[in-house]
Amino acid sequence: MTKPTLIRNAKLIDPAKDKVSDGAILFADKIIDIGAVTSAPDGAEIIDADGAHVAPGLIDMRVVIGEPGAEHKETFKSAGRAAAAGGVTTMVMMPNTTPVIDDQSLVDFVLRRAPERTGGVHILPAAALTKGLSGALMTEIGLLSEAGAVMFTNGDAPIRDSRVLRRALSYATAFDVLVAHRPEDPYLADGGVMHEGELAARLGLPGIPAAAEAIMAERDLALAELTGGRLLLDMLSAAQTLPAVKRAKNRGVNAAASVNVHHLVLNEHDVANYRTFAKLSPPLRSEDDRVALVQAVKDGLIDVIVSGHDPRQAEDKRLPFEEAAFGAVGLETLLPGALTLHHKGDAPLTTLLRAMTAKPAELLNLPQGRLAKGAPADVIVIDVGAPFRLDSDKLKSKSNNSPFDEKTLQGKVLRTFVGGRSVYAAE
Amino acid sequence: MAERPSGVKKNEARTSPVRFRHKHLLAISDLDRFEIESLLARAEAFAPLAEQKIKKLDTLRGRTLINLFFENSTRTQSSFELAGKRMGADVVNMSVKSSSVAKGETLIDTATTLNAMRPDLLVIRHGASGAAELLSQKVDCAVINAGDGKHEHPTQALLDALTIRDRLGAIEGLVIAICGDILHSRVARSNVALLTMLGARVRLVGPPTLMPAGADRWGAKVFHDMRQGIKDADVVMMLRVQRERMDGGFFPSAREFFWFYGLDEDKLKFAKPGAVVMHPGPMNRGVEIDSGVADNPNISLIETQVRMGVAVRMAVLEALAESGSNAGAR
Repeated sequence: MTKPTLIRNAKLIDPAKDKVSDGAILFADKIIDIGAVTSAPDGAEIIDADGAHVAPGLIDMRVVIGEPGAEHKETFKSAGRAAAAGGVTTMVMMPNTTPVIDDQSLVDFVLRRAPERTGGVHILPAAALTKGLSGALMTEIGLLSEAGAVMFTNGDAPIRDSRVLRRALSYATAFDVLVAHRPEDPYLADGGVMHEGELAARLGLPGIPAAAEAIMAERDLALAELTGGRLLLDMLSAAQTLPAVKRAKNRGVNAAASVNVHHLVLNEHDVANYRTFAKLSPPLRSEDDRVALVQAVKDGLIDVIVSGHDPRQAEDKRLPFEEAAFGAVGLETLLPGALTLHHKGDAPLTTLLRAMTAKPAELLNLPQGRLAKGAPADVIVIDVGAPFRLDSDKLKSKSNNSPFDEKTLQGKVLRTFVGGRSVYAAE
Repeated sequence: MAERPSGVKKNEARTSPVRFRHKHLLAISDLDRFEIESLLARAEAFAPLAEQKIKKLDTLRGRTLINLFFENSTRTQSSFELAGKRMGADVVNMSVKSSSVAKGETLIDTATTLNAMRPDLLVIRHGASGAAELLSQKVDCAVINAGDGKHEHPTQALLDALTIRDRLGAIEGLVIAICGDILHSRVARSNVALLTMLGARVRLVGPPTLMPAGADRWGAKVFHDMRQGIKDADVVMMLRVQRERMDGGFFPSAREFFWFYGLDEDKLKFAKPGAVVMHPGPMNRGVEIDSGVADNPNISLIETQVRMGVAVRMAVLEALAESGSNAGAR
């Protein structure tokens, strides 16, 4: 039996209802009561939030973990610690491990191993859409889904062969599973290391044009329409892609879109001086692109904000820009990164939180992501305004490749509860 | 020669065999309900013949039947051969490997050559949809489609209907689930046309990748969940899954296919008690059907299908031979 907790004097954010209200929340493993709660059962922990916000724990739909196969970058344990500190209570784990999660036994391994290692934070495996992520043959989508895979994705390797994606999307409809696909034309993107434009030209670096994304997103949306499959366009970066998403959604195509939090806050100029920690895939694009992405989140055109957590060791990053690895850690900066937009007045708090809680829960059919009686007590307490300077050496992740290093952010997680159990308390 | 046996009365309206007005049998969709009932009635009368000591009639004495098989087939080819011989016809089997097709001759060249030999009946199986139709335009004799690509296999649908009637009486009102690879199946296309015409409620069950576009407009209901699809069905008709479709193209693996779409005793429990199981053969045991189901004589009609196949083909040969002298439409 989980010890009950009462948090009073809080600002309760229910992103599912787009509502912030003063009150209290009482929970054990599930949320017992919410609103004007006055009494707590004997033995309950009572927390005075002192006006801090209480929100559902974040659901991060895109987390790369090195276990199995690259435990020097990240393990279930280190990812669990980083997530708890970042207010992330559910991680969707990408299948690009070694071996690739393309078989029931690997799904089973993650589901058995992760809970005892993460300290309670949920890890839900996304399975590979094609065997070995090779883009050629679809995986056993039905059996993997029954084993517990919550989503299917080819990770960072877009599927070139339209017929393969068509069949996978079509086959997936029999099991009503979500297929996430990174739209990036591999031929146009080949060899590129940053956004194609004037800056790349000045830096002498090969670029990836925005069209690489727009072209493939159009194809993916057309295939989703053809098959009726549930598609998530994974990590959009370009303004040019957005009209296609809007048209498809208006036509009733079963499609959603996500964005990496870094692309909402940073732009191509963050890679100036050849800063490899800001070398991301898709690349950080122009300021116009960033502004359009923020607007799309605000409008609900982009449904989900992810961390794109991708741990890389220093030896993979401290290289000439073209040779350095793509990717940034993000579990601990997802929330403060997104809150930047709230503080600048670019997007409302509830909208931002919805894209990290209620929306992912809806897409993945999870009971989490809302503050409501009976929902699992995955709850975080946040001091939304608290400023801090990010010291990437102090990150709890095993890797510290954050482009937010030495930047001042606002928004600190004070407490994190998963299923009513405290998994993190700020010092 | 044996006496022609008389048909057994069943509870469905029977019509006495009437002159068949088509020159060829190319597709079920060319026929109307009356013609189908009439063919079935003929076939029903032929069925008991197989149990007699002397199985031969002289209806087609002096006529020539050529079996022209461009695709390998054991049961359909021998079924037509046997049907022709039992009707008294001279039967020639042409297999592709030994024919001049292997030397580069086109289908039309082959047709012209065969036509010069003046056969009366030409049975063709070909991998291309529409091949039987093309052949029928180039020869003077009757053409019987024994399977053309992914289009039709009319005698299979007729024998399936005869098998169902033999076991369950009327077809009208029955719930019949056709399961598996609908996309590539000529058997499914012919059966949907025929069974819906006879008043059955037909369902198509299979993964979305093996379901043709617009299948929901064939007059059948489409299901991707097999348990729902065969729920309360009177007949579960399984289709063969081709080996070459198994590895990740249309579905991920044989084991996943069997788990979700293979007919085993557990899934069959969802069908109506007493439901029967059919398969056009040859079966992939452990892929689309479990041996425990396929070999259970109480529920499997697979042997009856083979038996009825000969009777149906005799009926078709007889009907076309009669109409042969009458220069009518196709």
